[in-house]
Amino acid sequence: MTSSTVDIAPTKTADKQPLPWSLWFRQIRAIFRLEIEKNFLGRRSILLYLLALIPVVPLLMLAPFTPPGREWRDFTQYNMIFAIYYGGLILRTVVFFGCAWIFMNLFRGDIIDRSLHFYFLSPVRREVLVIGKYFSGLVTSIILFTATTIIAMLLLYLPHFPSESSRFFFDGAGMGQLLTYAGVTMLACIGYGAFFLVVGLFFRNPIIPAIVLYGWEWLNFLLPPLLKKISVIHYLNSLAPVPVSEGPFAVVAEPTPAWIAVPSLVIVTVIVLIIAAYRIRHMEVRYGSD
Amino acid sequence: MIIFDDVSKFYGEILGVNRVNLHIAPGITSLVGPNGAGKSTLMNLMTGLLRPSRGHITVLGIPTDQPERLFRKLGYCTQFDSFPRGLTGREFIRSFLLVHGYDRKKANSLTEIALERVSLLDAANRKIAGYSKGMRQRIRLAQAIAHQPVVLILDEPLNGLDPMVRAETIALFRKLAAEGLHLIISSHILHEVDVMSDRVILLNNGYVVAEGNVHGVRDEMEEHPMQILIRCDKPSQLAARVFDKDHVVEARLHDDRLGLFVRTRDADRFYLLLNQVVAEGEVNIESVAPVDDDLSAVYQYLIGSEGGG
Repeated sequence: MTSSTVDIAPTKTADKQPLPWSLWFRQIRAIFRLEIEKNFLGRRSILLYLLALIPVVPLLMLAPFTPPGREWRDFTQYNMIFAIYYGGLILRTVVFFGCAWIFMNLFRGDIIDRSLHFYFLSPVRREVLVIGKYFSGLVTSIILFTATTIIAMLLLYLPHFPSESSRFFFDGAGMGQLLTYAGVTMLACIGYGAFFLVVGLFFRNPIIPAIVLYGWEWLNFLLPPLLKKISVIHYLNSLAPVPVSEGPFAVVAEPTPAWIAVPSLVIVTVIVLIIAAYRIRHMEVRYGSD
Repeated sequence: MIIFDDVSKFYGEILGVNRVNLHIAPGITSLVGPNGAGKSTLMNLMTGLLRPSRGHITVLGIPTDQPERLFRKLGYCTQFDSFPRGLTGREFIRSFLLVHGYDRKKANSLTEIALERVSLLDAANRKIAGYSKGMRQRIRLAQAIAHQPVVLILDEPLNGLDPMVRAETIALFRKLAAEGLHLIISSHILHEVDVMSDRVILLNNGYVVAEGNVHGVRDEMEEHPMQILIRCDKPSQLAARVFDKDHVVEARLHDDRLGLFVRTRDADRFYLLLNQVVAEGEVNIESVAPVDDDLSAVYQYLIGSEGGG
């Protein structure tokens, strides 16, 4: 038996050799596949799929019925209905809890299952492990919740298909709104995902910080403008295609322009992932005390 | 060489291991000690799953906080009886070989070799969740050896194996050691450790109490004179003959009165004395055998119980 001789990692003076990008890419792909298989194709993922279906089911039930009268032709109303539906149910509830479920379990789930050590006993930089796991959660959450967003919006306009709806989507603002909502959902997955991944690493019971964040995000409308900016939802709301009034008690703040909101979310995500990588780099496996 | 340089590990205020200095050479080295002695801690330190509170560890010159280099050379079969969800034995081995960075073809071929070495080819397509304890032990072993490491660390690898598989596994360890691997094994089954190890490290309460070849360790235990059983026709006469020697501390007749137990501080001098007795023709000696020159005796003297966990 001999040592492995594959074209892989540097064995000596790693800092003097070129970075093994192709190795890291292969490892990220392998971790990604393994995580998808473990976490998103098993029986335990059924609850996640049911959660993603929650916004779709009521609209699916209402879809066959054409609203009475002529006011249904006023699509402005529908825009507002979907904006409220999206902000309240899809973004703040389904995407939030879906991301909490997916990303907190990426490491915490392995610790609970006592199987994290298999990764730690592989010749993988722990930063690479963080990226592989994060991508697996990100791709899953984006596919799942972007699909939920798109299907929900299409279902809302289904009673008017094809005449008015086609015009709305292909000649009016519909397609732009659809793509923007899908983009906001993706950004939510990116931001919440990184946050929950770190929460799963630092907290033995991550439910409590998740609930605290949930409260913070819901009460965002009451916060002074400066504090509003220390939240994910503020930036996501700023990007929403149809602004929604937050009620009489809301503290009004200028929405952050997209060219600031999007890079800000991405930068914060990168910083949070660096914290996660640092944590993982120094982590010990002691399941008893975890 | 695996080197522990003044290594200590504390869990808060609880001692894991303290002031460990070791140089472990290739061959089979067994870690022996009771539950809580620090065997698993030592193994987890060696593999970077734990970080030392003090001191340094290197495995073949690689610090243990560099997993990306370390685990090209090292395989570790832990005691954790748990696996990633939903995988078959084959998927489990192959998935982690892909995580190592092997391409699909190489991963597949290494998977088959590893499964064959632990005789699990027939069950490889079954979910691990349905495996027996012994099969789970073997699939963990297969995972540890799949990337063909030069250092193999095995925490209680014989647990849960039936006698036949146990014998096969010990034979596999010997074969791996003969191929030049470092094998570090912890076990509480002393006679098996005794049979397969080139050297032992005895641990108790987080301290290394002895290390080296079993017989060498036994020889150095002067406070516990070695006990030798001599089967002969005139044990009483022999007792009288040897008892006045200063290195003999006890001579006791065997229950069947056809043998003599002798405890001596210097086995070599005692054997010379026996040669003399035989040459003089006073006593006919059938056999001479040390009674407590094995790991069980060493363990009992140093640690003070019948066997560790």
